[in-house]
Amino acid sequence: MIRRGVSKRIHGIRFAQLSPDEIRRMSAVKVITADTYDDDGFPIEMGLMDPHMGVIEPGLRCKACGAKVDDCPGHFGHIDLAMPVIHVGYVKEIKRLLQASCRECGRLLLTSSQIEEEEELREMLEEFGGDLGDLEALMKRTAKDASVRTVCPHCSAEQLKITLDKPTTFREEGHKLTPKEVRERLERIPEEDLPPLGMNPDVSRPEWMVLTALPVPPVTVRPSITLESGDRSEDDLTHKLVDVLRINQRLRENRDSGAPQLIVEDLWELLQYHVTTYFDNQTSGIPPARHRSGRPLKTLVQRLKGKEGRFRSNLSGKRVNFSARTVISPDPMLSINEVGIPWEAARELTIPIRVNDFNMDIVREFVLRGPEPIGDLGEYVPGVNYVIREDGRRIKITDKNAETVAENIDIGQIVERQLTDGDIVLFNRQPSLHRMSMMAHKIRVMKHKTFRFNLSVCPPYNADFDGDEMNLHVLQSPEAIAEGRILMLVQENILSPRFGGPVIGGIHDYISGAFMLTHNNPTFSRSETATLLSRIGVENWPKPVKVDGEERWQGKDLFSLCLPKDLNMVFQASICNHCDMCLKDKCEIGAHVNIKDGKLVYGTIDENAVGAFKGRILEKIAREMGADEARIFIEKAIRLAVSTIMIKGFSTSIDDEDIPLDARNQIEEMLKQAVDKVRGYVEAYNKGELEAMPGRSLEETLEVEAMRVLGKARDDAGQIAGRYLGLENSAVIMARSGARGSMLNLSQMAGCIGQQAVRGGRLSRGYTDRTLPHFKKGDLGADAKGFVRSSYKKGLTPTEYFFHSMGGREGLVDTAVRTSRSGYMQRRLINALEDLKVIEDGTVRNTADTVIQFSFGEDSVDPARSIRGKPVDIDDIFFQVMKKGKGGES
Amino acid sequence: MARKDTVNALIRRGVSAKVSEAIANAGFKIGDLKKTPFEILTKIISEEDAQDLLDKIGAKKIHLEEIKTTPKKPVDEVVEEKPVKRPKKRRKDLIIPKKVKEFTKDEKDIIKIIEKMGKRLPRAILVELAAKSAEHKLKGTELKNIVELVVNEYHKHLVDPNESVGIVSAQSIGEPGTQMTMRTFHYAGVAEISVTLGLPRLIEIVDARRIPSTPMMTIYLKEELKDSADEARRVASSIEMTVLLDVAKVETDLGNMQIVVKPDKKKLKNKNITLDQIVSALKKERRLKAVLEKQGQNVVLKPEEASFRKLQQTFEIVRDSKIKGVDGIKKAVIRKGDEGYVIYTEGSNLAKMLELDDVDHVKTTTNSITEVFNVLGIEAARNSIIDEASHTLSEQGLTVDIRHIMLVADMMTNDGDVKAIGRHGISGRKSSVLARAAFEITSSHLLKAGISGEIDSLDGVAENIIVGQPVTVGTGAVNLIYSPGQESKKKEE
Repeated sequence: MIRRGVSKRIHGIRFAQLSPDEIRRMSAVKVITADTYDDDGFPIEMGLMDPHMGVIEPGLRCKACGAKVDDCPGHFGHIDLAMPVIHVGYVKEIKRLLQASCRECGRLLLTSSQIEEEEELREMLEEFGGDLGDLEALMKRTAKDASVRTVCPHCSAEQLKITLDKPTTFREEGHKLTPKEVRERLERIPEEDLPPLGMNPDVSRPEWMVLTALPVPPVTVRPSITLESGDRSEDDLTHKLVDVLRINQRLRENRDSGAPQLIVEDLWELLQYHVTTYFDNQTSGIPPARHRSGRPLKTLVQRLKGKEGRFRSNLSGKRVNFSARTVISPDPMLSINEVGIPWEAARELTIPIRVNDFNMDIVREFVLRGPEPIGDLGEYVPGVNYVIREDGRRIKITDKNAETVAENIDIGQIVERQLTDGDIVLFNRQPSLHRMSMMAHKIRVMKHKTFRFNLSVCPPYNADFDGDEMNLHVLQSPEAIAEGRILMLVQENILSPRFGGPVIGGIHDYISGAFMLTHNNPTFSRSETATLLSRIGVENWPKPVKVDGEERWQGKDLFSLCLPKDLNMVFQASICNHCDMCLKDKCEIGAHVNIKDGKLVYGTIDENAVGAFKGRILEKIAREMGADEARIFIEKAIRLAVSTIMIKGFSTSIDDEDIPLDARNQIEEMLKQAVDKVRGYVEAYNKGELEAMPGRSLEETLEVEAMRVLGKARDDAGQIAGRYLGLENSAVIMARSGARGSMLNLSQMAGCIGQQAVRGGRLSRGYTDRTLPHFKKGDLGADAKGFVRSSYKKGLTPTEYFFHSMGGREGLVDTAVRTSRSGYMQRRLINALEDLKVIEDGTVRNTADTVIQFSFGEDSVDPARSIRGKPVDIDDIFFQVMKKGKGGES
Repeated sequence: MARKDTVNALIRRGVSAKVSEAIANAGFKIGDLKKTPFEILTKIISEEDAQDLLDKIGAKKIHLEEIKTTPKKPVDEVVEEKPVKRPKKRRKDLIIPKKVKEFTKDEKDIIKIIEKMGKRLPRAILVELAAKSAEHKLKGTELKNIVELVVNEYHKHLVDPNESVGIVSAQSIGEPGTQMTMRTFHYAGVAEISVTLGLPRLIEIVDARRIPSTPMMTIYLKEELKDSADEARRVASSIEMTVLLDVAKVETDLGNMQIVVKPDKKKLKNKNITLDQIVSALKKERRLKAVLEKQGQNVVLKPEEASFRKLQQTFEIVRDSKIKGVDGIKKAVIRKGDEGYVIYTEGSNLAKMLELDDVDHVKTTTNSITEVFNVLGIEAARNSIIDEASHTLSEQGLTVDIRHIMLVADMMTNDGDVKAIGRHGISGRKSSVLARAAFEITSSHLLKAGISGEIDSLDGVAENIIVGQPVTVGTGAVNLIYSPGQESKKKEE
C-alpha cells in the first residue's frame, strides 16, 4: 500500500482473558450445527463455515461486514457449551487457586494482615525492578503459604486436600470435583484476593478459566481446501470443532432428557477431552486426537509453538517480496562491492519511484520502454513492470499499453522500475551467523543465470562455489537504500566487530599470487609488466632495473603500485620462521615486511599482509584511510596477484610430495623404532612392569605413552620429509604463505599419516578384544590400534584404510553435532542480548532501562574500530610522530 | 529501580500513562509517593490527578505540616529481618591487594593535559602512554602533542550511541562456535587432568551450570613456598582427598561378621599416611556404628549389630571414608611453571582452599563459576565468566574481543546472581510477552500474560519485528523528521 507521511507506532499491547460474556458479545454467529457444507456445496447456516465468520472464496461477501475475501479479516463465532469444561492451559493456576482459597467463603487462606504484607512485598519488588521470575517466585510462595492452612482464617471452615489428576481432573480427598463445582468455587474468590495470587482482576476472573462458551475462530483462520477431485478437505481446527459440537449436542440432549448420571458424566468427560485437544493436542496423559489417516491433528498450541509455529516462522521471520535466490559463482573481475545478477532476475525485481516534478520526464522515458527493452547492442536496459496509480490500482506494463500509460504518468504515481547497474541490494548467505552474512552490494546485470561476486567476499559469507545458493533482496525505500549504502556496503564491513581485523581479503591463489610477485623480489620483462599493469589500470610505470643489459621491473615495485602513498608499516610475514634473532631487512626468506611511504621496501607479501582474517596491510588501510581506499587496495592487489600467477604459472601435483629414497628409508626406520618402542611399553605392561603415572591406571598410562610416542613419530616423519620440501615447491608455497593447506597436510602426504583417534584415544572398538580380525586378540601394538604408517602418497594398507575411515567418520559426526549445538547456543545468546544498546550517555541498557554496563566493554571502544582489541595503537602513534620528527630535522 | 518499572507499576494500578510518566520523570517511586506531601505532588501534576493517583495506589493524603511531626516509619524493616550471613571469622593474614594504585608522576602530567582538553582516557591507555613517553623522554609540547593525538584517536574509536552492542556481541561469540571442537582434551601441560574445552565448555559457561563437567583448580603457593618441589608435593598430598579404598584393601569376613581393613604399605608410604591416621579417621566417621580394633597391620571393625545388612552398610561406609585431604579434590598434580610450582587439581573446593595457609589466596582459582560466586561474590563471578570464556575461545585459536565476553558476563550477573543465558535465565525473565513467546514455551507465556494482564510495551527487538515496526536499536532508534516549513521560517527570521 502507499504509505503517507504519517507513521504511527503501536505503543503497547495489553493481554487479557476472554470472559464468556465477551466471547458471546464479539461472536458473529452462534454455532450449533456440526456440519460444514450442505450437499450443494453451500455453507450451512449456524454451521462451522457460516458466512458470518468471514469468506474464503473469491467473489462471495461476508455476511457480517459485507466485505470481500481480502478485505474481511474474518469474525469469531462461538459455541455455548452444555456443561462447563476446564481450560487445559490453566490447570496449574486453577489448582493453585483451589488450594489457596477457602472451600466455603472463597477467601485467600491467609489472615488479612498477611495479605497486606504480601501486597507490600509485591509492591516493593515491583518498585525495585523485580523481574518476572521474582514476582512469580513470590506469588508461588504466597500460594504455598496459603495452601498449607487447614482452617480458613476468615470463616473457620475446615479445608480439604485438593489434588490434580492429570490432565484435567480435580479431586478433593479422593472425591471428584466436576468442572461445574470448580467453577463455583472460583467464582467465590473475591477480587481483592487475586493480586497476591498473580492475577489481575481488571483483566481476568478465575472462573473464566473454566469455559462455558468456546470462541470459534473465523473461517479465514481455518480455510478449507478444495482438492482437484472437487472434494473438500477441512482444516484440522474445523475437524476438532466438529467433534466438540457433536459431543456438546449429545451432552445437551442427554442432560435435558434426564439420562442417567453415568452417561451424562461420560459425555461430559468426552467433551472435556475434545476441548482439551482442541487447545493442545500434545497434552501429556491423554492420547492425541488423530486425523483419519492417523496423523495427529495440529490444534491451537501446535500452530503457535516451535520452529514451524506461528511465532518463529511467520511472526519473527517473514517471507518477502523483491527477493531472488540462485546458485553463486565466482567472478574476479567484479569489484568487491558488486554482485552480478542474471537478466531474468533483474527484469523481475523492481525499485519503486514516486513520480514528482523533477523526475517526471525520466520516469516517462522508463515507462515508454515497456517491460523488456533491449539496447542497440543487445545489452540490458531497465524497463518498468508496474505503475501504481494514486488510487492504489496496479497497472501491468506490456509492450502494448506502455505508450498510453507513459502519457498518463502523473505526480504521485509510483513506477516500479527494473534493476539497473549500480542499484543497491542486500546479499545474504545462510546460515546468517554474523552481520557480515548480509551485506549490501551494487548490482551488475549480467548474462547467464548465477549470482556472481568477487572471491575476496567469500570468507564473511563462508561461501564456496560447490553449489551454494544465495539470496538477494532489493531495497525499496530511499531510507533503506541510504542505510544500505552507508552502513552495509561490503567495504564498510571489511573490519569485523568480532576481533577488529579484516574478514574480507585475499584467499587461496590470491595469496599464492602475491607471494610469487614479491618473494625474493622477482623481475618481470616489459611485456609481462605491461600485462600486469593493464590489470590494475596503472599507466605510470615504475623505474626498471637493468638485469644483464635488459630492462626489467621488480615485483616489489609493482606491488607498491597498489599501496596508498603514505602507508608506513613493518611486520612479519606468514612465512616467518620466528628466528631468535630477527635479521630485519636482511631476512633470507623475506619474512620481514617493510613498507615506507607506500613503497614496499623489503619482504614477501603473503597471508599476513593481504589474507582475509590476517591481512595486516588491509587492516591498516581500512582503519586509517577509509573503507573505499581499502576496497581499492584489495581489488588492485588481487588482480595483480592473479595476473602474476597467470604469467608465472602455478600448479601442484603428486610429485610435489616426492622425497628422496634415503629420506623415505629414514622415515621407515624412524617409524619402525617408534612402533618398537610402543611394543616395548606393551610388553612392560603385559609383564606388569609398567610404572603407572600418578593418578592413572596402568591401561591409561599405556595409552597415553603410546599416543605420545606415535604422535611424535608422525611429527618426526613430517620433519624429515619437510627437509626436502623447500619454497620452490608449489605445495609448500601454498602451505607456508597461508594460501591453502598446512605443513601437516604435506607431511601426511609425504611422510606418515599417523595415529587415528576416536574420542581422543587410540582405536579400540570393533571385534572382541581387537579392532579388526586381522590382529590377534588383545594386541595392543601400534598397528593393531589404528596407527597408519603409510603416507597418502604411498597409499594405505587395507587395515589402515579402515582405521582412517573410522577417524574420518568421527570428524563427520562431530561436525553434524557441532552445528546444531552451536546454532542453539547462538540463538539463546541472541535472544538474551538482542535488546541491549548503547544509549547517548554511553551506558549499555536493556529495555527495562536497567544499566547493564556503565561503559561498553569498560572503555566504550567499538571492537570493530579497535586495533585488535586495543583502544589506541600507541606504538604506531609514536612510530609516526618520531618518523615525522626525524624527517623534519633532516 | 529503573524509571520504566515505576511507570509500569503505576499504569498497572490504573494511573494514566501521562501522570505516571510525569511522576516517574520527577524521580518518584511508588514507595516515596505514600510519604510525599500532597503539596509537592501538585507541583508536578494537577490537583485532581494527584488525588486520583493517591487513591489508586492506596495512599493517604499527607500535608506538609504533618510530615514534620510524624516520626519517620522505618520502611526497610522487612529487609532487615533476614539474618545476614557473615564469614565466621575474619582472617588477619589474608593479603588484600590495594584496590587502586596511585598515579605516578608521569601519569599525573598526562592527566593534566587530558583534563585541559576536557576529554578522558581509560587508565590502561594512560599507563601505557606514560611508560612510552618516559621511554622516549618526552617533555612539554612534544608530550602534549602525543597525548592529544592519543586522546583524539581514542575518541575516534568509541562506540556510536544506539549501537546494538548486544546483538553484535552475541554474534561474535556464537559465530566461531561452529569452528570449535567438541572433544574433551587434556589440559595443556598437565596430561593427568582432563578438562572440558571447546564448544561444550562454552555452552556450560553460558548455561551457568551449577557444577562444571570437569571441575578443576589451579592452586598457587605462597611466595616463600613456590619454588620448593617438596613443599608443593606436601601441599598437594595434603589436599588430595584419599578414601580408604585408595590405600587399603577392605574385606568382609562373613565368618566372624567383621570387616578387615588391610592397608597397602607401599601406597601408605606414597601418600604419607600412617596406620594410626587411618584409625583416627575411621573413628571420626560419624555414620560408622562399629567397634574398632587394631590387629597388627590390619584394622578390624565389628558392627554393633551383627546382621548381614549392617555388615554390608558398614562395609560401604568404611570403603568410602575419607582418610585425609579436602572434600571434592580428587587428584592433585604439581607442575613447575614460570612462576614456580603450581598445583592443578581435579575437583574443586575453593572455600576450603582459601583457608589453607600455604596457598596464595589471590592467585588461586577454580573453573567453577558458581563456586567463585558463592565464595567471593558476584563481581568475582563476573570476572570468572570472562576469564573462563575467553580462555576457552583463545585456547581454540579463536580471537574474540574481550568486550563481547564482558557484555555477556555482565548480562548474566546483572542482578546479583548468576543467571543462565536461555529459557530458565535471562530469556525467561524478559519484560516482553511476545519476546518470551517467540523464544520458547510459547503457549504458557501467552496464557499467563492473559491472567496477569501484562502489557507489552514493545521496547525490544523481537516484539517490534512481530508487530512489523522498526526496531528500537541502531538506525531504528533515531527519529529524525525533516520538516521543510521550519527551515523556511528560520530563513525568514
